[in-house]
Amino acid sequence: MTTTIRLQREPFDIAAEVAKLSGGRTDVGAVVTFTGICRADEKDAPIAALTLEHYPGMAEAEIARHTEEARARWPLLGVTVIHRHGRLKPGEVIVLVATASSHRQAAFAAAEFLMDYLKTRAPFWKQVEAAGETAWVDAKAADDEAAERWSAPPPRPDAGK
Amino acid sequence: MTIKVLYFASVRERVGKPEEEIEPPAEVATVGQLMTWLAAQGDEYTYAFENPKVIRAAIDRKHVRPDASIIGAGEIAFFPPMTGG
Repeated sequence: MTTTIRLQREPFDIAAEVAKLSGGRTDVGAVVTFTGICRADEKDAPIAALTLEHYPGMAEAEIARHTEEARARWPLLGVTVIHRHGRLKPGEVIVLVATASSHRQAAFAAAEFLMDYLKTRAPFWKQVEAAGETAWVDAKAADDEAAERWSAPPPRPDAGK
Repeated sequence: MTIKVLYFASVRERVGKPEEEIEPPAEVATVGQLMTWLAAQGDEYTYAFENPKVIRAAIDRKHVRPDASIIGAGEIAFFPPMTGG
């Protein structure tokens, strides 16, 4: 499996990163990408920018752990996670998660799994700049719930009968 | 025992520094006890650790719970719930 994990300040070329997942091979039948983008508002108020702080070393390790877990759960052929840090303006890309598999189900599920865990377990913190002041973004309970559902045991084959 | 401690985001701002070396007494054995001890080290620490239930911790770059032992830890980090992605 091809795994790319990068943390960087600089912007990157999404199309080029996605193309790498299927380039030079013919077994990939599905690539799912999620792109997280800096919005111009937080809690209904306009913002000037976001600054992302991270824990160097742990952020990479945590993403790698979850990438390995995704790989154990689904038949993946490639995973790319690129997360930016530093100051980002509205419209700029914050994160790219791309997953490749033979079929779409594994690629969709793994991308969602990785994003849910990135939100709640990868050591990144967002600070917003608005009206000349800065404030840390509060964690959302909905994000914890989204990550929690992956730790529940899978439904039994006879469930619902 | 000297331990390297790192602070991130709002915890870093409240403590006023990103990292330091600390030497807690031997009876401080868990992450939760270390937070209680840190909270008593000055106003900035009291402020940073005023609500320990919302502070997350990592030992040697892995998430841990408050009852985790700090014996043998090389690096302990404290931070608020994460908001990346």
